[in-house]
Amino acid sequence: MWFLVAAAAGPLAAQDLDAQAQAIASRLRCPVCQNESVADSPSELSAQMRALIRAKLQAGESSDQIIAYFVAKYGEWILLEPPRRGILWLVWLAPVIALGTGFAVAMRFLRRVSRPARSYP
Amino acid sequence: MAVAPVIVHRRAWSWALLAVGALAVVGLLTFGLRRDPRAIPSPLVGRPAPSFAMTLFDGSHFSTAAYRGKILVVNFWASWCYPACYIEAPHLQRIWQRYQDSGVVVIGVNVQDREAPARAFISRFGLTFPNGMDATGRISIDYGLYGVPETFLIDRQGRIVYKHIGAATEEIFVPRIEPLLKSGGQQ
Repeated sequence: MWFLVAAAAGPLAAQDLDAQAQAIASRLRCPVCQNESVADSPSELSAQMRALIRAKLQAGESSDQIIAYFVAKYGEWILLEPPRRGILWLVWLAPVIALGTGFAVAMRFLRRVSRPARSYP
Repeated sequence: MAVAPVIVHRRAWSWALLAVGALAVVGLLTFGLRRDPRAIPSPLVGRPAPSFAMTLFDGSHFSTAAYRGKILVVNFWASWCYPACYIEAPHLQRIWQRYQDSGVVVIGVNVQDREAPARAFISRFGLTFPNGMDATGRISIDYGLYGVPETFLIDRQGRIVYKHIGAATEEIFVPRIEPLLKSGGQQ
């Protein structure tokens, strides 16, 4: 019975580790590519980064610790998503503001063109 | 009668706002396009240099721990990195020859390469400073490597004082090594 549990846990744990490593790699920018994540990049450096992430997970490090390691080495540039704090909120809010402004402008324009023409006696 | 001027006033404001917004977007795009996306300031400058160990091409073992108190010039290179690595190789050799007796150690870290072309590169330029291969990429990642060549200057206290992206020349490194030598400390 124990043997069966252990045998089942082996591949499962490996799968779990791979999924975790993939999730971390997808949050990191490949340093030698243009706008590609470490998870998606076929470059050798990204493959080495993925192997390092896996090794760090196996050594018991948490996702946050691993992300912090890469930020310490490459700066916040390495993060594909900018952190949600301070001036960086602008990056997150700008598309919403632009969309809202565009919608308001479009609504005003449509209201104006659909208004019946005034007739002056 | 007072309605018409209000409408004109509001319309002028709308146009002004639109113009300011468009100018801001164009300005931002121009700024982004004029920047070199690879020129990213390293967070490692001013911090303690990551220690590392590797097997050299001559079969001996190298460890930064054995060079405490020395000034280190750590150069990341590859045989396929043309022309920058080919330009800097003679410069690095001359830096090594000029300063090796003054407590300066040049170290070559070969990255993302194959052994045969890397050895051929070393022979071609007659490089005599320690050179080894970063087979797992761990040293490269520890130094936040973006590409090759990149060269780090480490002071006697083991702190990264300068990072150079592109071909490392004597003109760039000598003026930075000299003050470190003059600043004294153990060798």
